[in-house]
Amino acid sequence: MDNDAATAANDHVSFLKYKGKYKGIRSWILSTDHKRIGILYLMALLCFFALGVTFGFLIRLELLTPGKTIVEPQVYNEFFTLHGVIMIFLFVIPGLPAVFGNFFLPIMLGAKDVAFPRLNLLSWWLYVTGGVLIIASILMPGGPADTGWTFYIPYSVRTTTNVIITGSAAFLLGFSSILTGLNFITTIHRLRAPGMGWFKMPLFAWSLYATAWIQVLATPIIGITLLLIIVERVFGVGLFDPALGGDPILFQHLFWIYSHPAVYIMIVPAMGVISEIIPVFARRTIFGYKFIAFSSIGIALFGSLVWAHHMFAVGMSDTGQFIFSFLTFMVAIPSAIKVFNWTATLYKGSISLDPPMLFALAFIFLFSIGGFTGLIQGALSVDIHLTDTSFIVGHFHYVMFGGTGMGIFAALHYWLPKMFGRMYNLKRAKVAFWIIFVGFNTLYFPMFVMGWLGMPRRYYDYLPEYTIYHQISTVGSWILITGMIIMFTNLIQGLRKGKVVTERNIWGGETLEWTIETPPTHDNFDKIPMISTPPYEYKQNETEELPEEIIH
Amino acid sequence: MSTQEQAVVHVHRDDIGSRMGMWLFLFTELLLFGGLFFLYSVYRFMHQADFHVAAKELNVLVGTFNTAILLTSSLTMALSITALQRNNKKLSVFFQLCTILLAVAFLVNKYFEWMTKIHHGIYPGSDEYLAMESGRRLFFALYYVMTGLHALHVIIGMVLISVMTRFTVRNVITHDNYVKLEAAGLYWHLVDIIWIFLFPLFYLIT
Repeated sequence: MDNDAATAANDHVSFLKYKGKYKGIRSWILSTDHKRIGILYLMALLCFFALGVTFGFLIRLELLTPGKTIVEPQVYNEFFTLHGVIMIFLFVIPGLPAVFGNFFLPIMLGAKDVAFPRLNLLSWWLYVTGGVLIIASILMPGGPADTGWTFYIPYSVRTTTNVIITGSAAFLLGFSSILTGLNFITTIHRLRAPGMGWFKMPLFAWSLYATAWIQVLATPIIGITLLLIIVERVFGVGLFDPALGGDPILFQHLFWIYSHPAVYIMIVPAMGVISEIIPVFARRTIFGYKFIAFSSIGIALFGSLVWAHHMFAVGMSDTGQFIFSFLTFMVAIPSAIKVFNWTATLYKGSISLDPPMLFALAFIFLFSIGGFTGLIQGALSVDIHLTDTSFIVGHFHYVMFGGTGMGIFAALHYWLPKMFGRMYNLKRAKVAFWIIFVGFNTLYFPMFVMGWLGMPRRYYDYLPEYTIYHQISTVGSWILITGMIIMFTNLIQGLRKGKVVTERNIWGGETLEWTIETPPTHDNFDKIPMISTPPYEYKQNETEELPEEIIH
Repeated sequence: MSTQEQAVVHVHRDDIGSRMGMWLFLFTELLLFGGLFFLYSVYRFMHQADFHVAAKELNVLVGTFNTAILLTSSLTMALSITALQRNNKKLSVFFQLCTILLAVAFLVNKYFEWMTKIHHGIYPGSDEYLAMESGRRLFFALYYVMTGLHALHVIIGMVLISVMTRFTVRNVITHDNYVKLEAAGLYWHLVDIIWIFLFPLFYLIT
């Protein structure tokens, strides 16, 4: 909607070419512009993602045949630890909030920046330091941690690998995540454009708000837990070490008090992205706006009370198990509300299957499978059979990769043209999508089957009867990686040489980011918009703007 | 209150937002200690008798003295903000320096307290420590970890207040723009409050 093109008063250079205090690389790594920080995150994130994928690939390759295929058991343990730590702390948790949240949250709210721009830059630096520490732990003598990303005690106190470095890296990444959350909560409270009440906020902002609260309230617990591992290793105080009278089960409680809500830090922003994409490509007002908004809060609330369902096999009281199992079933309700509302939005919509929409639909499909298999494990009796099998590996990859991963890919296809002003090849993006979709299911579906049949997770070796499932799965990993290579080459080529886009509203969206220039200018808005309608009004395609003096 | 959104504003300033951010940060600090308080309550429940015996080994007098020091430092911190609000820069700087001084006194006290324990052979890894009943050992483990983490926060608070003093001297913090000093004050009160909980849990409940 080019209705405010007339105001070309102040310099209208895009944020990519904006000249600030610094030049060259320093104009990026010292920039406090939320858009530049978002892109800094994006670049760092993709590097770490590539690393995480490589370790995942190597795990699958090792499991191609029973016994040794490429590496020794110790190295295999390090592989799955690194894969987990990198993917969780460096990719999935910061993925959407730090990249697209940073870039688009202020724009969607009609603000010029986040509430604390310098804190925002600090959180990027903490993130990068954490990432570098993890890489350092690989290169230093002793080797990277081999405990699994869960750092369970007592093994994490006994092992001779660099648990301290990996642990402090995760601590820094947690700190970075807290600062982002704190920044977003304040931004959403204080910087909404005039007229934008809580229920006129885009749903992505709602999801970031719920996520930010979990980040702020849950992350400190993992902070203290990781600190205690370090203290335990350095001084041997014995708070968790059973040899000194400590209780390792308490460690698991503390660990999951964070790490279960962290799962919602990962998935809720992706749900927000899907809630943005579905109405745009179905050309319909979102169905059940308030339900979707409140279900994010509901997930955040219930999600904080279910951590012990990771520990059904450690020997809790029956009452405890019953309560945690019950609450686990409760979490399914807000998630299902979202899925129903998305499908209701699609109903009778005029659907266009552009790449962002394809990934969004894949999200719904894969996340539903992931969600339902989660319920299976929430049932106490069944969980005893399934716990610590590759069923759980299949489950959380369907949720985390099939959910959040697809959400990130959808967001990339949806917003990258807006961020850089260049379009990727749509046809190739669709081809990549289908290869990814097929590869994904080939890789992770056999895990359900072999898990059900009793294949334990994290095992280096397996009985010959599981060979066929492992081999299908490994072939799936090759297909998936091929798809991702095509997708990322397409996106990167698109950014470098793709068709230049100057059109403001690329996909026909109704949220504020589509009313400003492509790519956005340094200040985002020439005039701060005045909001009078809800964010997804597909009947009246106009965004009203008021002259600047109308501010009460 | 929402007038800071004008299109022409160059320097964005939102005191309410800054305070809100600080409070959120304080929440995270509370939860950081919360993990330890959680461990304390579970272990106390599991080893009541041992905790009872171990707590008697702490010096209540030193603890009380330190509590008084820290409470006074909170007062001087609050006074420094009030002084600045009344545009008395010199007095504000004086009170800020008092706060830092009291913090140093607290740490010196803490140092001697820890050293006495260590001289008695009570520290992680010592033969005596390893020979203790596990409940008593857990008490001292928590004692060292919790007061240690608290002392770390005292040090961070001191650095923070020193920076604020410098800002006040250089007129970055003034009588009509003192939200930074206020935030540092909030942080200092948090350090104080955590001690208010640590003191009875370790020294008084025996």
